[in-house]
Amino acid sequence: MKIFLFAKRNAKEILRDPINLFFGMGFPLVLLFLFSVINSAIPVEANNTTFSIENTAPGIATFGTAFFALFSGMLLAKDRTTSFLMRLFASPMSALDFILGYTLPLLVMAAVQEIITFLAAALLGLPLSVNILLAILIVHPIAILFIGLGLLCGSILNDKAVGGICGALLTNIAGWFSGVFIPLDLIGGVLKQIAGVLPFYHSVEAAKEAIIGNYAGIMPHLAVVFVYAVIFYALAVLAFRHKMRGDEA
Amino acid sequence: MSAITITNLTKKYGALTAVDNLNLTIDKGELFALLGMNGAGKTTTIKMLSCLIKPTYGDAVLLGDSINGNSNAVKQKSNMSPQETAVAPNLTVLENLELIAGIYGQNAETSRKSAKEMSSQFGLYDVLSKKAKTLSGGMQRRLSIAMALISNPQILFLDEPTLGLDVLARRKLWASIKQLKNKVTIILTTHYLEEVEALSDRIGVMTKGNLTAVGTMAELTAQMGTANLEDAFVALSGDEL
Repeated sequence: MKIFLFAKRNAKEILRDPINLFFGMGFPLVLLFLFSVINSAIPVEANNTTFSIENTAPGIATFGTAFFALFSGMLLAKDRTTSFLMRLFASPMSALDFILGYTLPLLVMAAVQEIITFLAAALLGLPLSVNILLAILIVHPIAILFIGLGLLCGSILNDKAVGGICGALLTNIAGWFSGVFIPLDLIGGVLKQIAGVLPFYHSVEAAKEAIIGNYAGIMPHLAVVFVYAVIFYALAVLAFRHKMRGDEA
Repeated sequence: MSAITITNLTKKYGALTAVDNLNLTIDKGELFALLGMNGAGKTTTIKMLSCLIKPTYGDAVLLGDSINGNSNAVKQKSNMSPQETAVAPNLTVLENLELIAGIYGQNAETSRKSAKEMSSQFGLYDVLSKKAKTLSGGMQRRLSIAMALISNPQILFLDEPTLGLDVLARRKLWASIKQLKNKVTIILTTHYLEEVEALSDRIGVMTKGNLTAVGTMAELTAQMGTANLEDAFVALSGDEL
């Protein structure tokens, strides 16, 4: 009951901010459209599928969830700095109520964002199939990672710092090292090696494998994302519980 | 009958002792003002009593429940309005009130009824559907206190409730707080002497984490041999000035 009340409040706080709505729902569509324009400008004889809808849609669906780090981090940091969280800490809410209350609405929003992105991709030529449903499921672990990163930053930093780290820094790292903006497989080298140890590229590749129906190719990539998601979400829970105990207040 | 019994309550942060061996009893329905300079330990005391931070030593029993042994029971029967205006900015006044009522266990119907009662009591009924962030500072502060009261707490902590408000908004808030006297046990922290004079039954003066004096305004001025509370406070906080 308390979880859902708090989750409902958090959903309203996020969705009533038009900037959040744009970055959450609109920006992936803008990217999808831009990549579609780029793809149409590439001559067919070039045989370059970097910006084909089968490649860009899973990447954009994955990249779009990076903004959920900003949403969760900013919300938590603002709740802390305005003492709203202090008020709630003085109530009979448990740590689980808080953690799930922050996470659940963002997971639902991530699912909605992914559905909208893939439906838009279908309008641009992505074949509609059950593989899209699988891809949506596969993108969720990276969404959990981003939400966890946001909660971790929101637990220890103020909202300005969260805006810088989760907004500018993280979205850039996720964008460049996921292979959404640049063809990492073609460039190779150090850039590809760095991308290989980070989770973003693997999440995109797992979603791509799902879209093309190569199910055996999903888990090797998804396993890397799982490890990152578990580690950073656990760190976020630890940081939040530490803040809740108020030892450093 | 006592509502709050504080015994040897102490909070240390490394070498700094924020609250030092506090002993105090507060009666049911009493409005007790904690007065002190910035950093005197008022907010730390409130945070310990409302179970936001754990004491280093000592304990406090609130209506039969220890803050160390049964913090959940203490949280259920108390509520607080923090120093900053602690409202959800994108929620309406009604939604803010219903949220807190729900968190303290009221069902949807009761929450709505309580929210409307509270908004009437605190002059917020006409702005029920407005987002909290669009309210004036005084209205936000009244909403913050209404949110603290909607759970029907037996004990209420008000941390600097009128900080930063203009004179008119402060007077309106005082009127709202006065309505609560003898119904709810209130601990109020402030460094506004006129607020203490207007509201409190008894006053505790804190200096560098120590409770240096406790009594009514008349008792404190008599004890220090001064003509008014301000002179008594200056005399009691002398070392800090």
